[in-house]
Amino acid sequence: MPHQSALQLVLSGDPALFAIVRLSLHVSLSAVVLAALIGIPLGAWIALTRFPGRQGVIVLLNALMGLPPVVVGLAVYLALSRSGPLGAFGLLFTPGAMIIAQTVLVTPIIAALTRQTVEDLWLEYHDELTAMNLGPIGRVVALIWDARFSLVTALLAGFGRAAAEVGAIIIVGGNIEGFTRTMTTAIALETSKGDLPLAVGLGLVLISIVIAVNALAWSVRRAGERLAG
Amino acid sequence: MNMLTRRLLIAATASLVFASGAVAQDKSQERSILVASTTSTQDSGLFGHILPMFKAKTGIDVKVVAQGTGQALDTGRRGDADVVFVHAKSVEEKFVAEGFGVKRYPVMYNDFILIGPKSDPAGIKGSKDIVAALGAIKAKGADFISRGDKSGTHQAELNLWKVAGIDIAKDKGTWYKEIGQGMGAALNTASASDAYVLADRGTWLSFRNCGDLVIAVEGDKRLFNQYGVMLVNPDKHPSVKKDLGQQFIDWLVSSEGQKAIADYKINGEQLFYPNASDSGA
Amino acid sequence: MRAPSSELPIELDGVTVAARGVTILDDIALALAPGPPTVLIGPNGSGKSTLLRLAMGLLAPSRGRITWGGLEHVPPLKRAIVFQRPAMLRRSAAANLRFALRAAGIPRAEHARRIAELLELVGLEALADRAARRLSGGEQQRLALARALARDPAVLFLDEPTASLDPVATKAVEDIIRAVSERNIKVVMATHDLGEARRLAGELVMLHRGRVVETGAAASFFDAPQTVEARAFLAGELLI
Repeated sequence: MPHQSALQLVLSGDPALFAIVRLSLHVSLSAVVLAALIGIPLGAWIALTRFPGRQGVIVLLNALMGLPPVVVGLAVYLALSRSGPLGAFGLLFTPGAMIIAQTVLVTPIIAALTRQTVEDLWLEYHDELTAMNLGPIGRVVALIWDARFSLVTALLAGFGRAAAEVGAIIIVGGNIEGFTRTMTTAIALETSKGDLPLAVGLGLVLISIVIAVNALAWSVRRAGERLAG
Repeated sequence: MNMLTRRLLIAATASLVFASGAVAQDKSQERSILVASTTSTQDSGLFGHILPMFKAKTGIDVKVVAQGTGQALDTGRRGDADVVFVHAKSVEEKFVAEGFGVKRYPVMYNDFILIGPKSDPAGIKGSKDIVAALGAIKAKGADFISRGDKSGTHQAELNLWKVAGIDIAKDKGTWYKEIGQGMGAALNTASASDAYVLADRGTWLSFRNCGDLVIAVEGDKRLFNQYGVMLVNPDKHPSVKKDLGQQFIDWLVSSEGQKAIADYKINGEQLFYPNASDSGA
Repeated sequence: MRAPSSELPIELDGVTVAARGVTILDDIALALAPGPPTVLIGPNGSGKSTLLRLAMGLLAPSRGRITWGGLEHVPPLKRAIVFQRPAMLRRSAAANLRFALRAAGIPRAEHARRIAELLELVGLEALADRAARRLSGGEQQRLALARALARDPAVLFLDEPTASLDPVATKAVEDIIRAVSERNIKVVMATHDLGEARRLAGELVMLHRGRVVETGAAASFFDAPQTVEARAFLAGELLI
């Protein structure tokens, strides 16, 4: 990238910059979608089920919200390496590997927040749903649907985590130009090249995107709440 | 179905489309190889200069993962790269001897330079004797930043201390700081703390956050930095794209590739000197 | 468990509920048969709500047995309940009804017609698309009634359905209860409002300190209460 400010890059519609932004969104949003598909049912199941060691599972889940990205990156790296157990898929140094690593990071966040939300709602709905003779699956579906506005916040927390992290994706993605370079790994690279103004500029672009995604989700939530209470 | 459900479905579908888009993109790039290389070749901009020429000629996409030499060799050892392009001759030869690499080809060299603050607390500016300069730094206890990351530059630095007769593992004091990071990070640290640091010229020339740093020592033969390239052994790792990888190596050492390397300049200054024909390099 | 042909009569035999050493209901014997509304009265804490939950099947007795149409452990297929503070789902009024219809296994093709009927019955046609939780207290109570009726129950339990409503809203709810009873749905209702008991009851059950102290037809209960507790309660004295 030539020596120019990030603002100039944005204004000039630099295709390389847009490719980086697109990849960042693609990786982080895909990870959030996958993590939601795993974490929401898992969190709801833990909220509604009583089993031995449940308290321990909840503490563990809450603790996993703070998983160090570097450790996750390393674990995923070793698993996806050609010499690792999943090496045959050839996923290391691809966007797929980055999505997997971020899914691992985000799933505990969504699962833990879902558990809390659904458990609170379950206290409120327990009698009504029991009186309607609703089976376990029906309960989970009803609770998840009615917790949907709170779950948006859980998804945003997950997205924030994914969009901000660099430790995991730089290890498993390799920061390959035009292929696995995202906003955060580009910032790390420009910092190491000593191009601090460009790094700061890219950082501002990243923050703007995160704010925009949050604003969008917030307005969807507000509109939905007005319609459905 | 109400409005909200529909919107959520649209959003979910859009994400999936997004995801599948990348998969499709993947397939179109099947004629690609993965090269594990060093931060110096990447950060200096050399790859940005030569890879488009290679792609134009062969249609092969070269994906570069820039790591320290030690990590790049390990990436090759695990079979996660097709080609390894690094600068630490002795460990490269060991890599080939252990059967992880097929053959080592010398490609080019650049040189290391000792960078230091303008104030020059060790009084070595302008010297051409790296050994004497290192001795002076130690004697004066001037701050020195070491990469400490087993990269080629780090190994070259350790080697120079040895040549200077200093057992750095034993003799290092508070003036010697190992940061365990890449070249750029080491330069940033040196710039922020007015310390000396050993750098490769390519990274230095393209580095922008110089602050008060200047070149203190250059031109010593012992600062010579040889790059070699190796195909990862397909006998060990069948996933290695041996034909495409060998094509890249052959191009690097061909007259065309060598000229491309020689043509790369920053501010009119040549960064790398091709020497594939020098079989002893 | 095989479902009985009808979930009525509901018979409680020697039923005791105790939790953490406190006896909430003590040796209750009671039969709830088809007919005009049965109203449970008694001061707060006398065990009215617990009795409703037992008869609904939400709570298992500590001792004694409960049968529905002669069988034990019958799932609530033809029973419905409106709690004192109903929990509205975070959806529109119509969607709350649709949810109940689906839970009751009513075929999808009938949903639209049934929702329209139920909303009309409780007078909420105009508020079908309003978020249920944004309705007023009286509207929510009426929607909860409609939601309970969506199950097409044989028996409907109501726990203090007008406790926190103003007179206009109270009248609306009581009118619905009368209409429900006229459709041969057995109403079993708890209240501590004697006026409401007089207006609606066909049969009275008076609870005090977890025991049934008196039962009888509404007319005879109000005209000639048999027990000290009932006389005191009717006289408006504080029963402790």
